[in-house]
Formats: sequence, structure tokens, C-alpha cells
Amino acid sequence: MSDEKKPGLHSPLRRKLLMGMAALPAISLLPRTSFAQAPATSAINTTGLAVTDTEVTVGILHSVTGTMAISETGSVQAEKLAIDQINAMGGVLGRKIKFIQEDGASDWPTFAEKAKKLLVNDKVAAIMGCWTSASRKAVLPVMEQYNGMLYYPTFYEGLEQSKNVIYTGQEATQQILAGLDWVSKTKNGKSFYLIGSDYIWPRTSMKIARKHIEGKLGGKVSGEEYFPLGHTQFNSVINKIKLTKPDVIYAAVVGGSNVAFYKQLKAAGIDLSKQTLLTISVTEDEIDGIGGENIAGAYACMKYFQSLDNPNNKEFVAAFKKMWGEKTVIGDVTQAAYLGPWLWKMTVEKAGSFDIDKIAPASAGIEFTKAPEGYVKVHPNHHLWSKARVGQAQLDGQFKVVYETPELIEPDPFPKGYQ
Amino acid sequence: MINSRFFNRSELLGFLSLLLLLAVILPLFLDVFRLNLVAKYLTYAFVALGLVMCWGYGGILSLGQGVFFGLGGYCMAMFLKLEASSVANTKIQSTPGIPDFMDWNQITALPLFWKPFHSLTLTIIAILVVPTLLAFIIGAAMFKRRVGGVYFAIITQAIAAIATILIIGQQGYTGGINGMTDLRTLNGWDIRTDHAKVILYFFEVFVLFACIIAAQFIRLTKLGRILVAMREQEDRVRFSGYSVANFKIFAFCAAAMFAAIGGAMFTLQIGFMSPSFVGIVPSIEMVIYTAVGGRMSIFGAVYGTLLVNYAKTMLSESFPELWLFGLGGLFIAVVLFFPNGLSGIWRDHVARHIDRLIAMRSSKSKKAWAIKSAADGAPAE
Repeated sequence: MSDEKKPGLHSPLRRKLLMGMAALPAISLLPRTSFAQAPATSAINTTGLAVTDTEVTVGILHSVTGTMAISETGSVQAEKLAIDQINAMGGVLGRKIKFIQEDGASDWPTFAEKAKKLLVNDKVAAIMGCWTSASRKAVLPVMEQYNGMLYYPTFYEGLEQSKNVIYTGQEATQQILAGLDWVSKTKNGKSFYLIGSDYIWPRTSMKIARKHIEGKLGGKVSGEEYFPLGHTQFNSVINKIKLTKPDVIYAAVVGGSNVAFYKQLKAAGIDLSKQTLLTISVTEDEIDGIGGENIAGAYACMKYFQSLDNPNNKEFVAAFKKMWGEKTVIGDVTQAAYLGPWLWKMTVEKAGSFDIDKIAPASAGIEFTKAPEGYVKVHPNHHLWSKARVGQAQLDGQFKVVYETPELIEPDPFPKGYQ
Repeated sequence: MINSRFFNRSELLGFLSLLLLLAVILPLFLDVFRLNLVAKYLTYAFVALGLVMCWGYGGILSLGQGVFFGLGGYCMAMFLKLEASSVANTKIQSTPGIPDFMDWNQITALPLFWKPFHSLTLTIIAILVVPTLLAFIIGAAMFKRRVGGVYFAIITQAIAAIATILIIGQQGYTGGINGMTDLRTLNGWDIRTDHAKVILYFFEVFVLFACIIAAQFIRLTKLGRILVAMREQEDRVRFSGYSVANFKIFAFCAAAMFAAIGGAMFTLQIGFMSPSFVGIVPSIEMVIYTAVGGRMSIFGAVYGTLLVNYAKTMLSESFPELWLFGLGGLFIAVVLFFPNGLSGIWRDHVARHIDRLIAMRSSKSKKAWAIKSAADGAPAE
């Protein structure tokens, strides 16, 4: 990976971390009494979190029932895998991670209730969870009130920054700008048709996209339409697309609507190998439902694809399939969810404490070199530096990576000129 | 059977034991987190109470109570949101001083219909009046045309669907699918602290009992009797010269008002409001609470709401991946085996024995009275 040549990576911290990580498996081989040498619980937990001499409890809070279950299951699986792996290496500060899983049930108030339960009753040291923006918005006041730490995996609309949240997915500009630049350059895209589901993430994303298209790329937006979540009738908009003949269809249709949208595009005779379509909302998970044959040829802009060719990712994909079955697919958010427990572990070890007030500032500058996406680093604004990649959907439901930004993109949740 | 007393003996027992449970036992034994959960459950009890009146007594099945619950909740949320969106709190926005979601949607000035919600008095009036007015319009349009039964249920359900789509679609004005989050203070009083939660809980219990007494009062008046008569034989009531439609409209409006009070309480307790309480699914869930509790029983509705929600929380905490099946099983069991819900079980299996016990004890001295009171214990209709 070109990441490895970045000068900043050979910092003493990284070396220390690597040495620490290398030494950790050895700890687990020692007899149990050796845990006594781990720091005393009273020193690393001054706020009454669920940390004992041998265990630390974290929460997993996703929807495993309801409409979002199909998307969020991957995140749960990735988080459990990461926790397993960390425990196999000896845990965090000599403590094994135990998790309490709660179901958000695709229902935002339930998310808030369960987050509160995890923080107030179970005193978890961190929560890996939430998926939709709405669930995060519901949970955020709870996290801030009870001073918890949330690792949020989904790419999202930005316009948010909290001491109590680490955003392991991309904020909108990280995902959108590079993809638009690429499509404008390589596909000579001048006119864009924007289609999205009707809620905050697609609307904010499209607002950013429109400003970038009109202001920076000198292109034009030939149409912009939104549909309610769960909408399945896209014929009218497809007819409009056929009439206006945009160079690029730019889509942020989410969830089950995707299935109808791509099938109807195909049925209307729009051949995605000729008509450029760039989406920011379809990962390998969604293709599972859409069917590779319905979407083959379309481009998606993400930070991670299962097909990424690097040693970290090969290891990750193998471990994931070993744990959850050969047929599982791994999408962008699943990978981001996998980062959560790891980043938390490293932050706790850097801070030398589980206290939220200590790990919140310690998060800045945490680097994860074993990330399946290559390499990530936490920005002081609690978002990740990451690359953007464009993949082309294949018949087998995987993406072929056709473009990758040369450098990590700085996260900027409050982008100037795009608001 | 005409009863001169406000509560007969078994109702008094129900009233006092509920009061004991909610005002003494639960606050004593639960920590603040669980008490806050009970407070959340109780907000649905307002809706269930309204449904007992309009469905149990009036025979009008509404599958759209979530709309009124949501309206009450949104009115409250608009007030709290405005208070939380002071210029100082929203400095980072392009237009400070308006709710954050408006800023995200490029709205630069507060819409006109938000303006009254700067005032708490106007907000309280809106909570009580707006949903009732909507219920009146729906009720008048339906009942005057003699639309009833299943058709009415379907229409209320459609209204619930429309309301959800409207709220989600107008996200610049309503917060869309995220709803209104991050509500903080009520006239400067921080509603997020544990202390405030406990005070709000007792306030809610107080309001709930006020509503229970109001419902009981309506039930005992001639109006309540006509409602029951209407449910059993609508035509006969009509031929007796009563305006059936007006009575139905009244019951529906009262149910809407109760639901709205519950919604406003919900916003205060939970600190946010979203369209997920407005749609079809929550509306049907609210009917289920009433069915489990027993749709004829005011107290049953409260117990039913508490039980179903408690089961929901417990099952989902213990079996995050299976709990929906457990809950579904519970509903099927109740509907199959106990069609009159909890209050039916109580009446058939528990109350009878209590009555017999009391009757035996006092039979020697007051035989005549005992027979009368045993009769009172039977269903009130």
C-alpha cells in the first residue's frame, strides 16, 4: 500500500503501539495471576464504569429486528469479530472485553432508551452502535448527558461533532467530492441527475454535490428528486431521466428502495454499462438484495470494498467469513464498524484509562495500521482520515476498484462553502 | 343498573391499588432509569384510556390514535426546541436562533406557524385544542355521513399514514424522519436531570389520575350510557331521538385529547419526538395495549399498557434477536384465551373470590348489603 510510505507513520508512537500489540498475545499465554500486573482498576477507572480486574463491559447497540436489521447485522458481526480478536490478544489494559447487546429495533426512541440503559444501568465503557442518522440524533443527547463514548460506523451527512462520538465512517465531503471529481474527469460528466431518499443524509449529500457540481466542476444539475423511504415506484423519474439524458445519474437511494430502483432502471432499458451511474448508497450488502445482474456496471464511491487488495483486508475478510459463514458479504459500513472496537482499545491504552474524559482527547492522532481499508487516523474533530475509492459493480455482487485517491482525505464535518 | 356512587367497590379497589402502585410502590423500588421507563409507558396509558372510551364504550375503533399522540407531542417539542435553539446555543449555524434542522434545510427564518410556540401558555392550549379540533373535523366528516365500523378504522389508518408522510416530507419544518431531538429545558428548567425526571413522573401520574377520573365521570353520566347503548344498538338509539353522530364525535374528540396529553408528556419525559410515533404501527400497538388490558376497563387499559411495554423492554434486553416472537406470542395468547384482556381475567378469576370472601365475612350481620355489593362487583354495564 502507498500508505506505508507516508512519513508520519514511522512515528515513535506507532512503533510503541506495534510493539505493544505484538506483545499482547504473549500476555494471554501467561497464567491468570499475571493479570495482577495490569494497572489497578481504581487507577484506570475513576468514574464507576463497568471495569473489573479482569473484564471491561462495552455495549453493542444496533437494530437486529425491523427494517434496518438487514443493514445493521453486518455491523454487529464486525464488532463481535473485532472484540473476539482483541480478547484473543489479551484484551484492553489486561481486561477481556465483555459486551452487552441491545436491540434498537429500527426505532429511534428505542435507541435512545437502550443507550441510556447501557450507560446508566450497565455503565458500559463504550458503545459501538447506531446506523441511521435518525438513530444517532436520538442517541446523541443521551451520550452527552451521561458522558458516554459512541463509535458510530456509518457514512453520514456531517454537520456534527461531539466529544462523545467517534465517527468511523466518512462525513459527506469525504465521500462525495472525490467521486464527483473522478466522474467528471474520466466520464466527462457535465450534467447530473440527483436522486435520493427523502431524509437528512441524502438531502445534505445532494446539497453538497450540487454546490460542487455547479461551483467547482462547472457542470449542471438537470434534475433533483427525493422519494420517501421504502418507496418502490421509480418509473416516473426514470422516464424523466430518459428525456433529459444526463451524463451521470447520481443516486443516494437507501435500503429496500434500491431493489426496485435498479430493477426498474434495467427494465426501462437503461444499460448501466453505457449510462454512467454513480451511487453513494450501495455497498456489497445492498447488492445482495438488488442482485448483481441488475446493477452491474454502476459505480459506487465508498472508502472500502470487500475486494480491496491489501494484506490487512485479506486477513479481515478471511476472519470474517470464518466466523460468520462463507456467504456473508462485507460492505463499507461493516468495515467501519470493525474499526470501532480497535480504535477504542488503542485510545484506552494511549490514555492509560477507561475514563471518557481521558479517552476523548486521547482519540486525536490514534492510528490503526491494520485497518482493512488500509490505514486510518483519528482527526481531532473525532472523524477519520480516510481515502475515497470508486468501485464498479460486477455480476458476482463484488466491486472492482477503479480509482483511489492518492492521499488520505481530511474529514471536515462543517465544510465551508458547501453549507 | 344505576349506581349513585362515583366508584363502586371493585372500581374503588382498582383505583386505590393503581394509585398505590404508581405513586408509592414503583417510585420506592425502582431506580431513576426504570422509573423513567415507567413514565414512558404511562404516556401510552393516556392513549389507551382514550381508546377505552371511544372503542370500549363507544364502539369506535380508531387505528390512528398515533396522529393525536404525535400532534400533542410535536406541539410540546416545538416549544422545547425553540427554547433549546437560542441564538447562543446555535452560533455555528448559518442562521442562528432557529432550530438546527431548519438550518440544514436552508430555511433562514422561523416559519409563521412556529411563532406561537414561543409561549408556554399558547403551547398548552395548542396541545389540548389542535388534536381535538382535528378529531372533530375527522369525526364530523365521518360520523355525520354515518361512516362507521371497519370503514372508519381504515380511514383513521390512512390518516396516520398521511400524517407520517407529511411530517417526513416537510423536514425543513418538522425535522423529517429524525424528528425533533436534543430538547433541553422547560422555561429554563433542565428536564434532563434525574431530579426533573422524578418530578415529571409524579406530575404525569397526577395528570393520569385526573384523566382517569374524567373518564369515569363521563362513563357514569347519561352520555356514557348512551355511548354504550350506541355500541350495542346504534339504530335503536337513533330512533329514540338521539343524535348518534354527535355522541360519537364527542367520544372520538375526548380520546384524541387524552392521546395528545400523553404525547406531550412523552416529549417531556423522553426529550424528543419523531414520526415513528405517528404512523400505522404505533397506532395499532396502542390498540393492542388496550386490548391486552381489556377494552372495557379504565384501569385495565393502564395495567395493559404497563405490562405490554414492560414485556417489550424485558424481552428485548434479554433476547435481542428473538424478542419480537415472544411479544407476538403474548398477543396471540391474550387474544385467543383471554378475549376480555387482563380486566377479564381479574373479573372472572380474582374479583369473584374477593367478593365471596367479603360476602362471607359480613353475611351474618349485613346479609342484604352483601348481596348488593356482590352484584356491584359484576361488570358495570
